[in-house]
Amino acid sequence: MTGKIVEIRHIAKSYRRGGQIVPVLSDLSFDIPEGEFVALMGPSGSGKSTLLNLIAGIDKPDSGELRVAGLDITTLSEADLADWRATHIGFIFQFYNLMPVLTAFENIELPMLLTRLSRRQRRERVGLALDMVGLTDRMDHYPSELSGGQQQRVAIARAIISDPLLIVADEPTGDLDRVSAADILNLLDRLNREMGKTIVMVTHDQRAAEHARLVRHLDKGELTDGEPSSKTL
Amino acid sequence: MYFAKLVLRNTLRHKLRTGLTVLGLFVAILAFGLLRTVVEAWFAGAESASTTRLITRNSISLVFSLPIAYQDRIRQIGGVTRVSHANWFGGIYVSEKNFFPQFAVDAKSYLDLYPEYLIPPEQLKAFLLDRKGCTVGRKLADIHGFKIGDVVQLRGTIFPGTWEFVVRAVYDGAEAATDTSQFLFHWDYLNETLKQTVPRRANTVGVYVVGIEQSNQAAEIGREIDRTFRNSLAETLTETEKAFQLGFVAMTEAIVIAIEVVSFLVIFIIMAVMANTMAMTARERLAEYATMKALGFGPIRVVSLILGESLVIALAGATAGVLATFPVAEWFAAKMGTLFPVFNVSQQTVTMQIVAAVTVGAVAALLPSYRAATVRIVDGLRNIG
Amino acid sequence: MAIPFSYTAKNLMARKLTTALTAGGMALVVFVFATVLMLQEGLRKTLVQTGSWDNVVVTRRSAGTEVQSGVDRAQAGVVESQPEVAYGADGLPLVSKETVVLVTLPKRESDKPSNVVIRGIGPKGNALRPQVRIIEGRMFRWGSSEIVAGRSIAERFQGAGAGEQLRFAMRDWTVVGVFDAGRSGFDSEIWGDSDQLMQAFRRPVFSSVVLRLEDAGRFEALKARLESDPRLTVEAKRETVFYAEQSQVLANFIGYLGLTLSVIFSIGATIGAMITMYASVANRTAEIGTLRALGFRSRSILAVFLLEALLLGLVGGAVGLGLASFMQFLTISTMNWQSFAELAFTFTLDAGIVAKALAFALMMGLLGGFLPALRAARLNIVDALRAV
Repeated sequence: MTGKIVEIRHIAKSYRRGGQIVPVLSDLSFDIPEGEFVALMGPSGSGKSTLLNLIAGIDKPDSGELRVAGLDITTLSEADLADWRATHIGFIFQFYNLMPVLTAFENIELPMLLTRLSRRQRRERVGLALDMVGLTDRMDHYPSELSGGQQQRVAIARAIISDPLLIVADEPTGDLDRVSAADILNLLDRLNREMGKTIVMVTHDQRAAEHARLVRHLDKGELTDGEPSSKTL
Repeated sequence: MYFAKLVLRNTLRHKLRTGLTVLGLFVAILAFGLLRTVVEAWFAGAESASTTRLITRNSISLVFSLPIAYQDRIRQIGGVTRVSHANWFGGIYVSEKNFFPQFAVDAKSYLDLYPEYLIPPEQLKAFLLDRKGCTVGRKLADIHGFKIGDVVQLRGTIFPGTWEFVVRAVYDGAEAATDTSQFLFHWDYLNETLKQTVPRRANTVGVYVVGIEQSNQAAEIGREIDRTFRNSLAETLTETEKAFQLGFVAMTEAIVIAIEVVSFLVIFIIMAVMANTMAMTARERLAEYATMKALGFGPIRVVSLILGESLVIALAGATAGVLATFPVAEWFAAKMGTLFPVFNVSQQTVTMQIVAAVTVGAVAALLPSYRAATVRIVDGLRNIG
Repeated sequence: MAIPFSYTAKNLMARKLTTALTAGGMALVVFVFATVLMLQEGLRKTLVQTGSWDNVVVTRRSAGTEVQSGVDRAQAGVVESQPEVAYGADGLPLVSKETVVLVTLPKRESDKPSNVVIRGIGPKGNALRPQVRIIEGRMFRWGSSEIVAGRSIAERFQGAGAGEQLRFAMRDWTVVGVFDAGRSGFDSEIWGDSDQLMQAFRRPVFSSVVLRLEDAGRFEALKARLESDPRLTVEAKRETVFYAEQSQVLANFIGYLGLTLSVIFSIGATIGAMITMYASVANRTAEIGTLRALGFRSRSILAVFLLEALLLGLVGGAVGLGLASFMQFLTISTMNWQSFAELAFTFTLDAGIVAKALAFALMMGLLGGFLPALRAARLNIVDALRAV
């Protein structure tokens, strides 16, 4: 019933740091089933963020295959990759990454500018997304006028508005207090359970990982939790 | 519309920085406009020269005069409609600072040759009847408060002594580019006085002004005139009025070139300032550009945001600068008095100001645009503020 | 306790592009400022060097320039016989009765015309100007149609080089030599035999009488006598003063225009410095808070940022001066409005100009950095530390 939404085969990735080449991932193979809520955990430098970036299509592996919904995204050009991201991926960042000069409404509307929808259609969608995250009454506020938790909710609304296949979250609760963090995680939970969104989350917070259904551990670029890579849960 | 909104709000993010940059552009565009107007004013005489007037002078230099006897011979040359003559007087009015051009002319024929000097008929008649009368241009009259009936004293330098004239007419220019800073009086008055005081200098003219029927005959007629007087006591050199005026410009060419160079320098200075502003601004927003790229926007969109912001700032400053150029030019012209008889801000100057502003905006956005367009998303995201 | 200078220098190096652009803007302004000063100085030097303090130029009263002046033989004779006149070793008075006219000649490259001074000198004309030496060819022969050209004219005008010929006043004149007048106004003149030239131009009167004073201090006495003599309509001036006055309008124009431009441009560059310094303060807010928390006084913070701005100005000033110094290789030649004649002069750089230019640059830095430095010094420590 559930296929593999992400299939990673033998990918390697290194970075150049001050003249030295530092390998981060080498020969990693990994699957993510559709509709899953996965948490990637590990110490700093383990490669979890790198892996997330590769899955999201904002970085390219040095070698190997990376299939998302059957398409090997390593073969796409930069321009095609950009188009692909717009329709397939929703981003949630640790520091929200909202545009300071746009209101909550306008921030959520931003990805819609990449579509051919009319203004009215865009606004309808934004209204729905705002409602989903419970911020309709704050839609004309600027990020500086919102709390951390509220800003992250705006970011989530932005992430889901294009109805993406996959939601990637990089330390989504890293900058929030306990109450707001719980809020956000519950929201992600709902998205996963009620809307069937596949979520891949990188976190170092144990409590956050508990909200996920599947937890994988990475250390020095390798999965260390002993789970066979192609096993389905 | 959405992105226009985004660009505009971005310019207002750092009000102080944007404000200062706009101020800098305002000053630079204003200075640029003024300097170009000065350069154009230099060429004003040549611009308003007539294609049917020739100037004949002594071939050695303007310092030497020509005999009055030449007049009839020039008039007989084919294609010549009318001949007049003028002597540069070079007198001092009160002090050297009050410089303005003074010419002793054969009034009737001279004013016929310069139809762009408009004089009311009754004033013209009064001037022609009074041998010590003079005609002054409107600009000159305004600067020194000359009115009909005033007695004006000039201290001679080339023609020594104190000379008195009565203002009989004030002429207006037919066009904005006509020189109305001149002082014209009767050659007869000069000549009769010279016959008494320094006879050997009498019966001479500085230049002949030759009116011709058809402008395309100018070169030919000029050569004919010069041929007529070759190997005589005073050989002549005849050229079109435009060439004559350009000759003066050419003599101070170095200064004009220097001013032109400086006018472009000011654009480079403001380009450096603006490039700095845009570089700082773009660097601070790298994470935002990376976010947009992550969301799926292409590099062109990102570049257009930066370019848009740069152009908005540039045009804001430029608009203010262009508008201010007019009143400042007027003030400057008033201060310069008769040094620049014609000092108008031209259409071409305004166009150049706008082009300069757009260029500054575009160039300033170059490097930041390149950086933002090519930054790897992961690197940009890591860049916090 | 003061913050070390290296902190300031390193901060400037950390943001290379910004530093380069800001200092670059200031460099261009200083370049304009220094160049204008150099031009003024070059003009002044050229004219001051034209002439000697103990020479006197006598022209017709109110004439302004030699070209406009006429002194007839009788009057010239009276001037020559004055007691203050010096005598040469040969027992003859050191007096030169000269005729000065303008001739329009075409330039070498552009063919464009310009008015060149032709000076007919008397036999003592050379002795009166010891700064003039023949550098090519020889001096003209008296009584002939030979002439010598000043270095600037020989270089720039067609037919004015050694061995070439010029034609004017219906005669051919051969340039038999080129002279160097020590970068003075005479470099822009052509000299010939006064008698010959007066004949050719059919001028029965001289333009001026130049004489050497036996005692340079006796000038006032001579001047008073000449100007009150009823037989004469002349005025007398020291040679250096005479030529200096001739450049008044041009020098003033250059000075006025140049200064106005420099001030306007400096507004632009100062704004650039201000923008940079404000950003610098904003970027290092946390740093400033830390320094204050560690115990540095707010006036140290003020000093640091002021110093940074001054250093920017200094760098800009040095670069601008460096660029301006290359202008010394150029020669400007233009028509002097008062004399109506061609005059060549150069850009002259001296210690005074260097000092003024650097001061100007530092002033721009100071003005640009003052308000931002003040803001930095006034930052509240707690707020500053909280800034990320």
